[in-house]
Amino acid sequence: MAATETTIDNSAGAPTSRNEKGKSLWSDAWKRLKKNRAAYFSFYFIVFVCLIAILAPWIAPYSYETQNIDRALLPPNSINWLGTDSLGRDMLSRIIYGARMSMAVGIFTAVFSLVVGGIYGAVSGWVGGWVDAVLMRTIDILNAIPSLVLLILVGVIFNSLDLFENPELKALTGIFLALSVGGWVSLARLVRGQVLQVREMLFVEGARALGARPTRIITRHIFPNILGPIIVMLTYQIPSNILFESFLSFIGLGLQPPFSSWGVLANDGWRAKSYPHLIVFPGMALFFTMLAFNLLGDGLRDALDPKLKNR
Amino acid sequence: MTLGKILGWGCVLISLAGIALDLADLDLPRGYGWLLLGWGVAAASYAVVRGHMVAYVTKRLLEAAFVVFMIATLTFVLLRFLPGGPFDAEKALPPEIKANIEAKYGLDKPLGEQYLDYLMGLARGDLGESYKYIGRPVADIIAETLPVSFQLGVYSLLLAFLVGIPIGVLAASRHNSVVDNALMIFAISGVALPSFIVGPLLVMVFSFGIPFSALTGLLPPALWESPVYYIMPVITLGLRPAAIIARLTRSSMLEVIQADFVRTARAKGVAWPVILYKHVLKNSLIPVLTISGPLVAGILSGSFIVEIVFGIPGMGKHLVQSVTNRDYPLILGMTLVFSTMLVIANLIVDLLYTVVDPRIKLG
Repeated sequence: MAATETTIDNSAGAPTSRNEKGKSLWSDAWKRLKKNRAAYFSFYFIVFVCLIAILAPWIAPYSYETQNIDRALLPPNSINWLGTDSLGRDMLSRIIYGARMSMAVGIFTAVFSLVVGGIYGAVSGWVGGWVDAVLMRTIDILNAIPSLVLLILVGVIFNSLDLFENPELKALTGIFLALSVGGWVSLARLVRGQVLQVREMLFVEGARALGARPTRIITRHIFPNILGPIIVMLTYQIPSNILFESFLSFIGLGLQPPFSSWGVLANDGWRAKSYPHLIVFPGMALFFTMLAFNLLGDGLRDALDPKLKNR
Repeated sequence: MTLGKILGWGCVLISLAGIALDLADLDLPRGYGWLLLGWGVAAASYAVVRGHMVAYVTKRLLEAAFVVFMIATLTFVLLRFLPGGPFDAEKALPPEIKANIEAKYGLDKPLGEQYLDYLMGLARGDLGESYKYIGRPVADIIAETLPVSFQLGVYSLLLAFLVGIPIGVLAASRHNSVVDNALMIFAISGVALPSFIVGPLLVMVFSFGIPFSALTGLLPPALWESPVYYIMPVITLGLRPAAIIARLTRSSMLEVIQADFVRTARAKGVAWPVILYKHVLKNSLIPVLTISGPLVAGILSGSFIVEIVFGIPGMGKHLVQSVTNRDYPLILGMTLVFSTMLVIANLIVDLLYTVVDPRIKLG
């Protein structure tokens, strides 16, 4: 539905002259996205946060774990711009390193969910019949378990597995796997629904008539046509992964100090009670990132499917 | 006044009376819960029979029972993968004592037998005894904590609808105005604000008086004793759903405003407020209802965090603790209760569709 109707909408929306160069759906969508100031700004904000996350060791003024008890719980000052926590660690550095953990978890989990959920949903939608019924019932059952219960259980299991020596890597994989268990379900549903719609379209029938094999039809014909909704879904999934990571860290089942993620910092801030800078700054980092992803998601959805505008 | 209306409005009235009594900090009369439950089931059954949905609902109920059974199995299996048993204390117990304890709870039997025992217990309505709260049946712990979590959840959901829908309507009726933009900025901020940030911030401002010392001690920072204690947790938990509902109501109304029947109504000269509230709003509420299922799930999950932040003696606190304690029966019991509530909530939402929109036929 997305592809064909959008193209029709495009031609109706912007009058094109004959000799104008053909525009792809994507360049068109990018143009529409640019017009949406909030979404466009959010896009660059996210790029900025990603850069901070990647460059953390070089731009953080101090180490995230060096303690300095003499300078504990200081409010923002000229040496520690965002103050220090209860062990005298520099808050700005901890927030920068927190971005590293939070973004890594958010993005990698989303990509992993996409691969698993995409394959699962594509198989379910394409094969149909009893396979579809079994796969979808499984999803129904997974969906009926409150996500946080599942997350807690799986999180505890993975946390106690010793997959890696490196404690940082170990903690990350635990969370990463726990989040993926829940994350792929909604993507599988989306992909299945989209495949069901697109598979009945004429160009798919044409490809089949020409003797294309299912894998080719799915990867070459169906996938590009359902990419739009998938990208939008991913944009919404990343912040919810970041949120779940923070959830887990907040209740003490995710990353543990001295490692830093925004959830760990929020937990510290909540425990410290009356030191506002310990909760306000991590909270702001989390808030603006979530906001940017949500605004970008809205913008992308409108840009990729103008029919759904305002929904 | 048909029987259906009497039953339906009766349900609403009884619920409202209960809420009013609860908020006035009075004890609910004995048997109130049973009255509400009985009335609700009666109303639902009447609607189901009148709507010719008996077969559908039976099918859904059977499916729900199957789903709950699968969840019980899945959780049981997952739990046995948890490294470390329930009685691996920091100070190692003498092996004989540990063996005795494990024999008492049947942990020495083969896994298959344990599973069968557990299912037999479930069939009898027996959830077993907690390992950590020695001698306390899980059912008792749930009976004690569930009402608190339920209160928190219901009030948050109410807040979400009572705040979210009017904001959505207001924004849609002044589309693209300053009011609209301001409300939508508020709403999207609400979506982006996690509860574990909102909660501590509220406590900081309204209990510890930072930065306005005049507000010190205005609201109690924790616990769940009387309605004053409800305010901050309910706001914390309800803010995100309220924001989601506001956005959804607005977009849904903007869509319905463009419908042909609205143009017809305007052409006939129907007053704009009448169109807006009688025609547009009613038709806009279906997507809002759709999202209610996931919202209930979100509130269930969110209640863990809120209960921890505010030290509320509900189920959430126990769940997290029981997992770290490896208190198998308690974890299983909590998971089952949460999942059952979720499954039932989804069924209720689906049934409400047919009430709100008679065009929808379930089958």
